[in-house]
Amino acid sequence: MTSASSATEQVRRSLPKRYAKERRFRLLGLCAIVLTLFFLFVLLTTIFLKGWTAFQQTHVRLDIHFDPARLDVKNLNNANYAALVHDSLQQMFPEAKNRNERLQLHRLMSNGAAFALQRMVTSNPGIIGTTQSLWLPADDEVDMLLKGHTPRDVPESARRLNDRQLGWIDTLLANDRLEKQFNAAFFSNGDSREPELAGVRGAITGSFFTLLVTLALSFPIGVAAAVYLEEFAPKNTFTDIVEVNINNLAAIPSIIFGLLGLAVFLNFFGLPRSSSVVGGLVLTLMTLPTIIIASRASLKAVPPSIREAALGIGASKMQTILHHVLPLALPGMLTGTIIGMAQALGETAPLLMIGMVAFIVDVPQGLQDPATVLPVQIYLWADSPERGFIERTSAAIMILLMVLLVMNATAVYLRNRFERRW
Amino acid sequence: MSPTLLIAVLLALSSLAYWFGRNRAFAVAKKTAAMRLHSRPGYHGMLVALWCLIPALLIFCCWQFFADNLLVSHAMQSVTAVRGELSPSEMSLATNDLRNLVSGNYFNREIDPALQAAADRYTGMRQIANTALAVTVLSVAILGFIWAYSRINPGLRARNKVEKAVEISLTICSTIAVFTTIGIVFSVIFESIRFFQQVPFFDFLFGLNWSPQMAIRADQAGSSGSFGALPVLAGTFLISAIAMAIAVPFGLLSAIYLSEYSGPRFRRIAKPMLEILAGVPTVVYGFFAALVVAPAIRGFGASIGLSVASESALAAGLVMGVMIIPFVSSLSDDIINAVPQTLRDGSLALGATQSETIKNVVIPAALPGIVGSILLAVSRAIGETMIVVMAAGLAANLTLNPLQAVTTVTVQIVTLLVGDQEFDSPKTLAAFALGLLLFVVTLALNVIALYVVRKYREEYE
Repeated sequence: MTSASSATEQVRRSLPKRYAKERRFRLLGLCAIVLTLFFLFVLLTTIFLKGWTAFQQTHVRLDIHFDPARLDVKNLNNANYAALVHDSLQQMFPEAKNRNERLQLHRLMSNGAAFALQRMVTSNPGIIGTTQSLWLPADDEVDMLLKGHTPRDVPESARRLNDRQLGWIDTLLANDRLEKQFNAAFFSNGDSREPELAGVRGAITGSFFTLLVTLALSFPIGVAAAVYLEEFAPKNTFTDIVEVNINNLAAIPSIIFGLLGLAVFLNFFGLPRSSSVVGGLVLTLMTLPTIIIASRASLKAVPPSIREAALGIGASKMQTILHHVLPLALPGMLTGTIIGMAQALGETAPLLMIGMVAFIVDVPQGLQDPATVLPVQIYLWADSPERGFIERTSAAIMILLMVLLVMNATAVYLRNRFERRW
Repeated sequence: MSPTLLIAVLLALSSLAYWFGRNRAFAVAKKTAAMRLHSRPGYHGMLVALWCLIPALLIFCCWQFFADNLLVSHAMQSVTAVRGELSPSEMSLATNDLRNLVSGNYFNREIDPALQAAADRYTGMRQIANTALAVTVLSVAILGFIWAYSRINPGLRARNKVEKAVEISLTICSTIAVFTTIGIVFSVIFESIRFFQQVPFFDFLFGLNWSPQMAIRADQAGSSGSFGALPVLAGTFLISAIAMAIAVPFGLLSAIYLSEYSGPRFRRIAKPMLEILAGVPTVVYGFFAALVVAPAIRGFGASIGLSVASESALAAGLVMGVMIIPFVSSLSDDIINAVPQTLRDGSLALGATQSETIKNVVIPAALPGIVGSILLAVSRAIGETMIVVMAAGLAANLTLNPLQAVTTVTVQIVTLLVGDQEFDSPKTLAAFALGLLLFVVTLALNVIALYVVRKYREEYE
């Protein structure tokens, strides 16, 4: 009796300690989740805080006189449009006398200002001879200063803009000639070495073409492979090999697929380097396992009674599958495909291998054109030293994440809307 | 006729064939009212369409695949006729020039008359060849159509034939995965063999010095590139180890909390949030690591008097670890959920607290699966590219100090292969040797993971 009660006593005495341990363990688990989510929060807010300013761009209002002396109507393509910008600036700040000062003054404006004027004149030559008040893009250093990304209150030697230039900027600000406006160029331009001219349109078009190829190939092939493996394949060594293969492919690092693309598609088949076709082919091979695995799971979820009913009233096996099983499994397959596409959209490494990192200014027009994709564009900009590219990188990331969010939300919606519990 | 137009015509022809075949089947069925059609008219139409399309398409594909090389080598005869026999490298150079000349990308030098003759010959032949192709393909399509059309009769088992064709195409689709693997293995192995002909295998695997520059002149100082992969491997494992030191405890603890403690509401919110972390592209993590984490670590190190490299292994490893947390946690979550409730009930009934139950009963029961998921996570960490390309260093230091810059296998593959490549220098081929190494290691990890899970899985019921 005494020994039993002493054992109970012992347990009771150990209880507070054990309960404390229990609480600690539970807290540890909660901490792990909270810290992970905190990291996610920090990641997203950093990107947002660094990136949202890129959707605005500093513009300067200049009174441009389209001087007929400078613009030869016969040779509008080679006229010196930058000179128009310089004239206007010098008119505003006559104190810039010597060559050096003038150069500094000219540096306040972006090269894009001249391009904008050229576009205006070539589309409407009647403008020559008039004087127009126009908003033109400022240089990225001015832009960074106005957005507060580069500090003003440091010694002149540590700044990219000197005191004189700061004075001009302040004058422009005081005259309401300097303003942040919506950055339409970011959505309509291709890549550029100048941050203020660089845009994501080329990358988005490239991503679109690449994903188009990927979708057009991987969805039919993936579904067909899943149907075969799930419904037709006999249980033998060959199907075992195929299955093990698919599972292994899903776990192979993506960069290896890039090596495959380089060796097979570029060197062996001689397909065009940097093109969306090759990118799409490589991403197809990468996403196939995802789609096949998801499609098989969704075929498996269709209850056998459906098949038996169809077979029972005289449908052939193929008819059973094509007319009855496949339509029921399709929402699940689509969900898997969208998730696979989202992975493909975010993929960078294999595309580096097949030359999609080239600096490409033009927006690709077709599948064979050299192109880049959004994640690779992010990588390229992240590597650029100019301060202005940091906000553009972050803005491009925001666009990429938004697209991914929409894709995944569609997948979740499809799953919830069409998934049937049998 | 251009290839795209040809394909379009072919498709149009085969849809016409479907329509004709279907109508013919209806007509036949009406005429011989005594005998019913074996297959529905649509299947007859489909069979005719297939006969029209597939042979023609096969010829077209073969042609596209072989014809151009054939034409080029034929056209090159007019170059060899002038210049005499060329060595293989001269030949490939001249062939390249020819292709550029034909596609109009050749403006750097004045054009060699022999080459121009070859180009003219090529263009002429290509025109003839394209016409010939169009004629052949279309006549094969029409012949196929006529043959299949004339065979339509009520007894024809059109459905079975169409279904067989569909099944064959399904089988072909399912083998693409196998061909991908074969393609990977061969593409990596062939280049690696060429690499190992120039650099001995054991020098590669156990060499202590990695500096893959090749000399331009033979007498250049420090000319010979050295290809000892050990520092690169050490760097890979250092970064992966840091990543796993983050991912395993965080991932496991979150999985345990989510599956054992949290209520359904918390779980419904927290689990998708963790999955967002898995859905963020790696290039975003790389940007974050390079822009925020690495300077933060460097600044912190400086404030306590440590010198930290700006591309320290710690920064890349930390961020990679966070990236892998959802991977570990969702895999472990599934495995922990698969442990039968009776085991927990038994342990709780004996008076164990919940944490004691988890530590002494649930985790041991789920251990094989957890080990498997950790191995899969390791293979992901080793193969991860963008984070390390953007946040880890390029120089191969043989060190275990996480505050120094190290390089990884994937970083080296990217740096060796981005930009100009010559496929006869060990520098480029080394990338494929590293790729082979990466492939073998990750494959081995995956196979071991599967084996561990199968072998040590506790069977309940």
